[in-house]
Amino acid sequence: MSKVEQVAASPQYQDWLRRERRGRLAVRAAQLGILAVLLVLWEVLPRAQIINPFLTSYPSALWPTFVDLLKATPQQPSILAHTWATVLATVIGFTMAMLLGLIIAAALWWWSGLYRVLDPYLVVANAMPKTAFVPIFYLWLGATLSIYGMSLAISLFITILMIYSGFQGSDPNKVKLAQTFGASKGQILTKVVLPGSVPTLIAALKVNAGLSLVGVVVGEFQSANLGLGYLIQYGSQIFKMNIVMTAVTILAIVSSLMYLAISALESAVMRRR
Amino acid sequence: MRAPEAAASPKVELRGISLRYFGLEGETEALRDVSLSVAPGEFVAIIGQSGCGKSTLLSLISGIIKPTSGAVLLEGKPVAGPSRKVGYMLQQDYLFEWRTILDNTVLGAEIQRADVGKARERGAQLLTRYGLGEFLHHRPRQLSGGMRQRVALARTLTTEPDVVLLDEPFSALDSQTRLALADEVTDILRREGKTAILVTHDIGEAISMAERVIVLSRRPGRVKSEHRIDFATPDGVRPTPFAARTTPEFNHYFNALWRELEVHVEG
Repeated sequence: MSKVEQVAASPQYQDWLRRERRGRLAVRAAQLGILAVLLVLWEVLPRAQIINPFLTSYPSALWPTFVDLLKATPQQPSILAHTWATVLATVIGFTMAMLLGLIIAAALWWWSGLYRVLDPYLVVANAMPKTAFVPIFYLWLGATLSIYGMSLAISLFITILMIYSGFQGSDPNKVKLAQTFGASKGQILTKVVLPGSVPTLIAALKVNAGLSLVGVVVGEFQSANLGLGYLIQYGSQIFKMNIVMTAVTILAIVSSLMYLAISALESAVMRRR
Repeated sequence: MRAPEAAASPKVELRGISLRYFGLEGETEALRDVSLSVAPGEFVAIIGQSGCGKSTLLSLISGIIKPTSGAVLLEGKPVAGPSRKVGYMLQQDYLFEWRTILDNTVLGAEIQRADVGKARERGAQLLTRYGLGEFLHHRPRQLSGGMRQRVALARTLTTEPDVVLLDEPFSALDSQTRLALADEVTDILRREGKTAILVTHDIGEAISMAERVIVLSRRPGRVKSEHRIDFATPDGVRPTPFAARTTPEFNHYFNALWRELEVHVEG
């Protein structure tokens, strides 16, 4: 059985535990150290005029800029409104990509002939540089919809391919087992294939959330008057690197938070298995 | 050689079964003109070397594949697809890791849209009888191989089949667990009066568990011979598989079947 007997830890075991803990702390310290070194270089090199501060701004300039941008002006909404617009579009984007991806992957699994026909199109669609479509989507879909369109275009095909290959990877013996009980195709999908693909679904969500954010920001470059992508574009046009760097930093924080949220979801789901 | 009761009113009957697999490289003849019948309550073993189509026979009886020609009859009626009267135990447990032990045992009832509440009761009962009462809400990975295979047996029997097909059900287990579980499973199936068809390449397993052993030839599989397995015991009760292995008859049958299987070990 997998239950470990609880016995008093031997001194050797306690030693081992201490070394393990020290190892974990060392990794964490190195990670934070790298971040600190990068921030210090970013602060010091422009100040020492080794690199042009006009091009890079400084970390210490970000907070005042952020505080400045918090206030909404008649020309410019608050940076919180920009951030919210980007986050909302991203969440909508990856939710749609997950739903559509799931439905399309299920359809491809159901009709294997469909997959055999569409396979090359999916692979090419996935390999296409979707950012080339930004101006086209802008003309076709207009300002708002083109952002969702971009987000979906970037994340959908890889989602379909990932989920479908997860479905294909279902244990054929588990499928056979369900068949011995007389399972219909729908029952095989809902009782074997879908629950067995949960790890794949989470992996797809991870990829997909990052790509949706890329799509939204790129879409906003072209067509928005709200959102962090727009703010970056605006800042660079008026040569205010402070604004650009603040927006980029917020993007970094947003993607870290998304990653943490998905990781939390993953460990919650995996604990149930 | 045919058992007299098998001729009377067979529970399962194969009539002139042939099966060919088709692939782009050509076709493979897996089974050729196989006929056999199994009486109600009988325990039959089918042995043969790997690749002789013995597992395929079980898939045909269970109705998940169809023969190229010939007919499979269950209680005299042709098999058109999986039937609730037939339970199938595969080579490994294939428990769903996302379900608890008890939820795994009711899979059949769920799929057959039977009364799941009743199935849970029966599943819990069976699991408790097999010594797994305290693991009902555990996950499969928390159980040992032997325990998992007992869960698989409970999953098979929860749907209350009359006929149980066993496809090398102990092949993934270590040899001690294997012997112990063979005793348990045989006892359970006999006591519940199930008709059982065991497929194995283990001659000892076949002799010790079954009343009749059918030998299949190499591919394409044909029925090569049938052997009734009888043990002379003072009380007339059939010995357990483990006890059967120590009888003189066991050695006699073992040698006879060994010769029939034309085992050639290379080198």
